[in-house]
Amino acid sequence: MWKILDNFFLLLRETIFFLPLMFLLIGLFDVWVPREKIERHIGYGSGLAGMFWVILLAVAQPGPLYGAFPVAYILYTKGASVRNIFIYLGAFSCMAIPMYAFEIGFLGVKFWFLRLIFSLLVFVSIGFIMERFVGEDFRVREGR
Amino acid sequence: MQILIIAAIICLALSFFADRGKTIAGIKRGGVMLLRILPALLLVVFLVSIFIYLVPEKVITGYLGSNSGAMGIVAAALIGSVSLIPGFVAFPLAGILISKGVSYTVVAVFITSLMMVGTLTLPLEIKYFGRKAAIMRNVLSFFGAIIIGLLMGVFF
Repeated sequence: MWKILDNFFLLLRETIFFLPLMFLLIGLFDVWVPREKIERHIGYGSGLAGMFWVILLAVAQPGPLYGAFPVAYILYTKGASVRNIFIYLGAFSCMAIPMYAFEIGFLGVKFWFLRLIFSLLVFVSIGFIMERFVGEDFRVREGR
Repeated sequence: MQILIIAAIICLALSFFADRGKTIAGIKRGGVMLLRILPALLLVVFLVSIFIYLVPEKVITGYLGSNSGAMGIVAAALIGSVSLIPGFVAFPLAGILISKGVSYTVVAVFITSLMMVGTLTLPLEIKYFGRKAAIMRNVLSFFGAIIIGLLMGVFF
């Protein structure tokens, strides 16, 4: 039974030292790169530039996937392409910059870098596939 | 670890040099966020301690370790798909799993499916994107997570 407490403090010691550093970085990021700043620059082109800005908008803030749905709706009303809407969802869910500190701290730089590259390839592909198969009759509703 | 300390020091110095007020606001914001997640994090660490106590390491590595093969990968993808765990909790958990001998492939599959596949939020997603698109995105993401994990495995 005492082994549980033993484990607890052992794990805690491994975790607790990272946390203040991580949240320091997250806090600074939040202050220096507010989302509105990127939103102003969004050009909803369908080319590489549009994709780039959509990804940049997505990675600026962390949050659960369902937090991205309302933003996807706004992107849709502003004329973003099907492909870019799903690229936005992909980037939002697996490339949030404030989470980098956590990932590097607990899993290492190599893991973080490789997962980032592979995720990028996968969710951009998903964007293209979605465009191909749901393209014509795709609609985003307000979710109510 | 060192890289995090160095990054924190450099960012803090640059930020402080550029704008003292903003820096203090950032530190405060980070601190508030830390306090907000702390209870959840402590709870998870506690639950993991119990889990490790009840389930011997041999069993964990047997099901999810480097020799667990396809079973471990599919299990990780399924668990990741149905869980709603925020990243700041998932990454420490992933680190613990790695230290217990779970393979990088399995951890990558778990993390990615956790982030990209949302089974519990599927009804909400359908309301936004319609049945077809929502289900398709989740299915594609499920297999995408497995592909990412397998690719990671090539490098570890």
